[in-house]
Amino acid sequence: MPLLQRVAERSRRAVSFVLDGQPCEALEGDTVLTAVLTNGQRLRATEFSGQPRAGFCLMGACQDCWVRTEDGRRLRACSTFVEAGMRILTGAEAVP
Amino acid sequence: MTASPTALPDFMALRPVIVGAGPAGVRAAEALVAAGLRPMVIDEAARWGGQIYRQPPDGFQRPKRALYGFEAGKADALHRAMGGILPAVDYRPRSLVWNIEAGALDVTCDGRSETVPFSHLILAPGATDRVLPFPGWTTPGVFTLGGSQVALKFQGCAVGSRVLFLGTGPLLYLVAYQYAKAGAEVAGVLDTARTADQMRAVAGMLRDPATFAKGLYYVGWLRAHGVPMHSGVRPVRVEGDGRVEALVWRRGDREERTVCDAVAFGLGLRPETQLADLAGCRFRFDAMDRAWVPERTAAGRTSITGVYVAGDGAGIAGADAAEMAGERAALALLEDIGHSFDAARAAHLEERLAASARFRRALTDAFPFPADWAASVPDDTLLCRCEEITAGILRQAARDGAAPEINRMKALTRVGMGRCQGRMCGAASAELLAQALGTGPDGVGRLRGQPPVKPLPFSAALTEEEVSS
Repeated sequence: MPLLQRVAERSRRAVSFVLDGQPCEALEGDTVLTAVLTNGQRLRATEFSGQPRAGFCLMGACQDCWVRTEDGRRLRACSTFVEAGMRILTGAEAVP
Repeated sequence: MTASPTALPDFMALRPVIVGAGPAGVRAAEALVAAGLRPMVIDEAARWGGQIYRQPPDGFQRPKRALYGFEAGKADALHRAMGGILPAVDYRPRSLVWNIEAGALDVTCDGRSETVPFSHLILAPGATDRVLPFPGWTTPGVFTLGGSQVALKFQGCAVGSRVLFLGTGPLLYLVAYQYAKAGAEVAGVLDTARTADQMRAVAGMLRDPATFAKGLYYVGWLRAHGVPMHSGVRPVRVEGDGRVEALVWRRGDREERTVCDAVAFGLGLRPETQLADLAGCRFRFDAMDRAWVPERTAAGRTSITGVYVAGDGAGIAGADAAEMAGERAALALLEDIGHSFDAARAAHLEERLAASARFRRALTDAFPFPADWAASVPDDTLLCRCEEITAGILRQAARDGAAPEINRMKALTRVGMGRCQGRMCGAASAELLAQALGTGPDGVGRLRGQPPVKPLPFSAALTEEEVSS
């Protein structure tokens, strides 16, 4: 089950994006964090132990929600809005 | 003032800059605009309001009453105030101030960096949740209280399907109430404060009966709706591999286990002070905030001429006080440049700020910092989320005598050196080091700020000229 649960504002337009190679849907106005965590359970794996993380402060302070895109960009998930066609990697599985 | 326009100081040549567009920043901007100045307002968010009155993205439909509850009127007034002065300010949303040096700010927006000189600077950067580590606190599903509120207010999401609230402070009950009202299941509210603390603070909290009544309302509502509430709690561990499955907690010697898939956690707030540090402001240890804060006068002047602080970033005082402090700092700025200003208004604001500080003292008594927590953190618990350093590593450095103060400790262990720059681990590392060294939290020194205060995309560290050369 995804980590975040939508309890309001569910009538926005859908936005398609790709999460670890799988097509997914978010809603217009979702942050990357919301888009990923309403579809999955993690945003990234830590550099040292590989443990999963899913953000913490949601206000740009803790820096625990940086995700990668397939083209090598890094995004702070809580303060970046999802865009159609984004291809996000969480480190959950290797993508060729 | 003389009637000859040529003898007037050239106010339009000044470059006043306000950092932060929450309650303090907006009211500061409003006061400067009313005096005919054109301040620049730099804010990290896409829309103004700060964290407390954060506005949802365009196209969201819930009314302010649903988003801000009893504070909807204040939120709306603040939003309108900024909306009304937009044509008269140089508003820079989605912009991060990451350095202050030689009278200028380094600001990055959308991956591009710019150097912004200022003549006067009002810092209103706000606060984040104060947290301490406990076993499992990095597990996906553990979020800060403030973050849990942001998820609901800004994204219409609950951080889990069954959320347990842990920590202390007014926000604990407010966010639990907001979750329950929004239809999320609240597994319980676990307060680290004891009922006796709250009883003792009642007289002081009655200084602000309206705020006190709101607090009682949230608690009463939660109780009436069958939400389990416990006080005097300490967390033992989060259970769950890869996501939260339960929280084990204790009250005295008795352990209990609450099944949940998310924990919303916070122990009050900590001021965001890194920019004041980079601006060169002198700091003092504040016993109530249990943190180092920039020295300031009642008007908001710091030790640096032309630099002012206002709102929670200057010391935790809450949103209403932040609005007053922002306006007061702006009036100080006007006085300092020789502009006319309303001295009676300034005095009135200072009186109300003093009253608000007395109420704050009562809140601190009602929701005291759990000073015993640091000693009980197991050695193998992660202290630093960024660099994955455990409590035991810090304690070892302290025992070796190699880290008599916090900056040396940072150099040796990397605690506080990661991407968060100590925002999440600073309070905890000061508490653990103080406990290991047998001093108070004021006895281990102050973690110094370093630019960039937050991570930048590599390209942003280059100015446009550097890129093209």
